[in-house]
Amino acid sequence: MKKYFSFFRLRLQMGMQYRIAAFAGMATQFFWGFMLIGAYKAFYESNAAAFPMGFQALTSYIWLQQAFLALFITWRFDNDIFTMITDGGISYELARPVRLYSMWFAKNLAMRLSEAALRFAPVLLVAALLPKPYGLSLPVSLPHFLLFLLTLGLGLLTTIAFLMIVYGLAMRMLSSTGVRLFLSGIVEFLSGQVIPLPFFPDKVRFVLELLPFAGMQNVPLRIYSGDLSGTPMLHAMVLQLVWLVIFIAAGALLLRSGERRAIVQGG
Amino acid sequence: MIHMQNVVKTYRVARRDSGAKAAFFALFHRKYDLVRALDGLSFDIDAGEIVALLGPNGAGKSTAIKILSGILYPDSGAVECGGFSPARDRMRYTREIGVVFGQRTQLYWDVPVGDSYGLLQDIYDVPEAEFKRNLSELTELLDLKELLRTPARQLSLGQRMRCELAASLLHSPRILFLDEPTIGLDAVSKLAVRQFVKVLNEEKKTTIILTTHDMQDVEALSRRVLMIGKGKLLLDGTLQDIRRDGESLDESLVDFYQGIEGFDGKEE
Amino acid sequence: MKRHGFRLYRHYLSLSIRSSMQYKSSFWLTMLGQALTTISTLLGVIFMFQRFPEVKGFTLDDVILCAGIVQLQFALAEMWARGFDRFSQIVRLGEYDRILLRPRGKILQVFGSQFELSRIGRIIQGVLMLVYALVRIRLRWDFLRVLTLVNMLIGGTGVFTAICILRAALCFFTLEGLEVMNIFFDGAREHGKYPLNIYGDKFLLFCTVAIPYALVQYYPLLYLLGRRADWFLPFLPLLALWFLIPCLLLFRVGVRHYQSSGS
Repeated sequence: MKKYFSFFRLRLQMGMQYRIAAFAGMATQFFWGFMLIGAYKAFYESNAAAFPMGFQALTSYIWLQQAFLALFITWRFDNDIFTMITDGGISYELARPVRLYSMWFAKNLAMRLSEAALRFAPVLLVAALLPKPYGLSLPVSLPHFLLFLLTLGLGLLTTIAFLMIVYGLAMRMLSSTGVRLFLSGIVEFLSGQVIPLPFFPDKVRFVLELLPFAGMQNVPLRIYSGDLSGTPMLHAMVLQLVWLVIFIAAGALLLRSGERRAIVQGG
Repeated sequence: MIHMQNVVKTYRVARRDSGAKAAFFALFHRKYDLVRALDGLSFDIDAGEIVALLGPNGAGKSTAIKILSGILYPDSGAVECGGFSPARDRMRYTREIGVVFGQRTQLYWDVPVGDSYGLLQDIYDVPEAEFKRNLSELTELLDLKELLRTPARQLSLGQRMRCELAASLLHSPRILFLDEPTIGLDAVSKLAVRQFVKVLNEEKKTTIILTTHDMQDVEALSRRVLMIGKGKLLLDGTLQDIRRDGESLDESLVDFYQGIEGFDGKEE
Repeated sequence: MKRHGFRLYRHYLSLSIRSSMQYKSSFWLTMLGQALTTISTLLGVIFMFQRFPEVKGFTLDDVILCAGIVQLQFALAEMWARGFDRFSQIVRLGEYDRILLRPRGKILQVFGSQFELSRIGRIIQGVLMLVYALVRIRLRWDFLRVLTLVNMLIGGTGVFTAICILRAALCFFTLEGLEVMNIFFDGAREHGKYPLNIYGDKFLLFCTVAIPYALVQYYPLLYLLGRRADWFLPFLPLLALWFLIPCLLLFRVGVRHYQSSGS
């Protein structure tokens, strides 16, 4: 555990070296948030009745999405791992007394946490100061807030478990770039990164909410603003947990068989 | 031909201390150090000379080459090359010079070398007849025949350096700058490069300015040596002025560097 | 000299294209990636219009037309101004020194340094969107409408090119934090899929006078769709080309700074 913590601290320090990059990232996320809210506002004004969630719930959703972008983004992989897989450097990893799955999982977790840690607070702070209904509102209640934190964590774990599956697939392929692009593109859309899931047509939405990708960001962000609560929330959380377990199991199996192949072929 | 007088060049370098605390404060306020790369450097070089610029890493050799080739303006001092002020008369001056950086390439990575040469012909407006003549001469001298149809990425380091030399000479420059031309080359390629440079100087009277860390390059090529340290000219003479009895050239050079005040042998 | 410059550019072009032909798989993968982003953006828009029949008077077809034009403007700039797009690398790798060592205009050399053929994917998508929307909208075509469309492409490519040059100019001063410029480049493409007036009057004003996005998007679009008929609208996109001037000037200042500071 200590190992992983020091890795996290190292990444954080590295991140701080690029001070302007951190500011630039925040500025970009602000701009993105503003533009998205501007567009949704126009739709809201054209027909408020057709809006599938409260406007304030939507703005909170967008600001949280921007603030925690580093946690959700589906196409941010650890490129070292892909290099390792293609150039055979993976045999060194196998020589270490650590399980490949937990090591890579921790690495990716640390990478994302450190990046988000540098950025989320200023974005949220400023978003909270914006006038209603354009800013970030307070969570609807303390229980909702706590459940938000819990599901946010589960969502992050699901995202990383997804990455692990991609790494596992990459171990079985000569070139994984295509698969990587394809999967991360699709998952990005299905997780509600392009438009929040409530804006999908009802039938599509119904299916998407049963899929694992809904748990990555849709569930926590909607719990925060109370758009998701009561029984549907409980269902969503159970689903999130079930899918997380399935993803981890699938990734671990893929990695283990990949490991075996690497050992047989000698890297 | 080349005249440098009292040239000064200063860089501003951001200081970066280690540790989380320093990194955090650097978020808000950054400190700068002034580094004086050239500190009143003066020398003259005549047409047709081969001159080696020597000095430890960070002595200011690269800066001197960059100023002489027009990439950088000096802060102060006078620079004149072949009747031009290099950085100011860039468009006309660069037709007169060729530059080879040992660590970088000017060839297109993925197309045959000959095609890169064709582009250079267009860039320098070399008339067809002159281009053909130069190319066939260079092809023979540097043994390029097989290489012209090979993409640069498939060349060995030695082959690539030969191609680079030719690329820098297609427009018949009067001055050639060679920045570490033999770095990383095997013995055969080193010899080929030296041989070629010698012939070029003797037959075309091209003025050649060379920086290198390889004392055999210097021994084989240049009668004259300019030793630079801490941005100043320390010695204008021959290798004999550095060499000490009973020591190899490298050892003598180390002795000489250690005599430079404040030299700590650190790489920069 | 001018004729010569053009010939040199063509020469650069042929070498760049032949270089990129060497990497067929990465070419196709880039196309795949671009297709995916476009499709998901487009699906997002389509889903929105399932709920809302129109936004600020624009229908789904209008928005697809708008998005297709912006896509084309962006992709054309990305394709031919790729040298400026990846300028931070040019500076970092010291390739800019080589440019200074050659007796040719610096701008021409940077333009020539890379031509990104793989952007053809985005161009095809843009054309498809454009054709689809035009078929559905059934515009009455006349000379001025065609001219408007052509001018939108010229002016828009110019504005996006100017942004590329602006970002490149900043590379001479710092190589950090330039991602923020993506706001004006990728951001303009992403959010420019909707006519700019939907973001409010102040924003529209900004995009009219500060960075002239609206001159190549919203106003001429109104003319194209027959909502406005002012005589100057077809030519307005060309006016946006003024934005190239300050960007090129800043680039010159940057070169000067680079040559003095050697950073």
